[in-house]
Amino acid sequence: MAEKVLMKGNEAIAEAAIMAGCRHYFGYPITPQTEVAAYMAKRMPKIEGGVFLQAESEIAAINMVYGVAATGKRVMTSSSSPGISLKSEGISYIAGCDLPALIVNVQRGGPGLGGIQPSQSDYFQATRGSGHGDYHLIVLAPASVQEMASLTFKAFNLADKYRMPTMILADGTMGQMMEPVSLDMGEVETYEKPWALTGTNMEREHNIVNSLSLVPEELEKFNFERFEKYKAIEENEALCEEFMMEDAEICVAAFGIASRVSKNAVLEARKQGIKAGLIRPITLWPFPKKAFRAAADKVKAFVSVEMSMGQMIEDVKLATECKKPVSLCNRAGGMIPSPDQVLNAIIEANKGGDK
Amino acid sequence: MNFKRITLFAGHYGSGKTNIAVNYAVKIKDAGLDVCVADLDIVNPYYRAKDSEDELQKRGIKLISSVYANSNVDLPAIPQDMYSIIDNKETFAVMDIGGDDRGALALGRYAPSILEENDYEMFFVINKFRPLTPDAASTVEVMREVESAGGIKFTAIVNNSNLGEETTAEDVLSSVSYAEEISSLTGLPVKLTTVKATLFNELSGRIENIMPLNLQHVRKYD
Repeated sequence: MAEKVLMKGNEAIAEAAIMAGCRHYFGYPITPQTEVAAYMAKRMPKIEGGVFLQAESEIAAINMVYGVAATGKRVMTSSSSPGISLKSEGISYIAGCDLPALIVNVQRGGPGLGGIQPSQSDYFQATRGSGHGDYHLIVLAPASVQEMASLTFKAFNLADKYRMPTMILADGTMGQMMEPVSLDMGEVETYEKPWALTGTNMEREHNIVNSLSLVPEELEKFNFERFEKYKAIEENEALCEEFMMEDAEICVAAFGIASRVSKNAVLEARKQGIKAGLIRPITLWPFPKKAFRAAADKVKAFVSVEMSMGQMIEDVKLATECKKPVSLCNRAGGMIPSPDQVLNAIIEANKGGDK
Repeated sequence: MNFKRITLFAGHYGSGKTNIAVNYAVKIKDAGLDVCVADLDIVNPYYRAKDSEDELQKRGIKLISSVYANSNVDLPAIPQDMYSIIDNKETFAVMDIGGDDRGALALGRYAPSILEENDYEMFFVINKFRPLTPDAASTVEVMREVESAGGIKFTAIVNNSNLGEETTAEDVLSSVSYAEEISSLTGLPVKLTTVKATLFNELSGRIENIMPLNLQHVRKYD
């Protein structure tokens, strides 16, 4: 087993990306994710073929990602909320060209320029595409520095496997906190990329990477085909952690740092005699619908704990087909809910369920 | 312990400088000396000496810190009253320098005064469990970068090798040879080994000059 190291979440993302074979990083600094870029700036020049480039803007950076992705090389960018909005046009193009790439969002409070404290209010943006058009990103939500590394590594494999952009949706706390990490990441999966722009050597037809389709019948066909792929991903790649759900009567739904607060609240509720449990989505898209659907037949009520004005709650309601009441326990603007706040929401949900 | 008038803590990003600086100031205060802490970190808007301001104030230790520290205004600013620690030679001072060479740049403007007074200790804080300083050679490389940016040479080493909450006594013991190797490469003594308070009893007597970090920030979310 590899020896553990003490890392910041942002550093863990960068190191895991390098281990996954990413040799191209393009970014633009923004708090609270700047350590990803700073770490890459130190490491990439020391690695064969490693490229670190601070672009003139987020828009430039994502289009550099687009270019490298077209060659089939592993490539990434990272930013925080306002920067992801700027990148979203490029992300749409990357999705429209069916290119693998990793985009990291270490969220901060919004909207607008917002603040520099942690937030989860880019859930809609991440899970509903982010730019224009019909598309999805595979969205992974780490809840520890260890997962910042392991899910980054996984995100590169998934991007290549399905030929699409993937996203790490973290928050300022996950990016800044330090925890011990084992960098034992396993095997890099390699995929054939016959579509990549690698030069023909005059031996094959040239490949074309393009998202412009002027014939609507064709563009419709591409969309239908892409959504067939998405259906397979929803079937095969949804991930969640279930905590004390075996006999739970109140199910807390939370991801990322909010899930850690929620775990404490669940334990405290149990001490007070309330059978609480937690479902922590690890993939936000695809949303772990099956786990929630199964829980809906067993529990009295759901509590969605979010650092936003309530975004994931819509997916909880959709997944459970509104079979049971779903309440919201939230903070916004860069605030983190306290275990007591979540505990009170569990107590309230438990009372409501008795009626 | 014989304290110098100014004690500086610098080193690699995330090596534990701020936490040690705050605890070291308490140590000076406990020796009956008047001391203040100066936050010179221009790199990181989070986890700053400002987090410990209440604890310091309670003990009668003044914190000199940028008005923007912990204000979420992400400005790399230097406190306006920083020169008071240079000019007021009656008071001991602990300076918390930002991480890496980038952080040490801010020290440059005070370096000539500190060197002229020549009553300082500049500690190089090391942690072998940080991914970019896993061995003596890479750590010494960081050390030279910091010295060159800050304009002052280190005079001693603090071994703060740790894995956060998970740190065991064995982890600390396993770092002794790492610290000694850096010491022999640089000629600097390992004057302190800092450990979380819960490991202090287990390790005292087994490592020389061990210091517990009693002031420690607790996470609100775990």
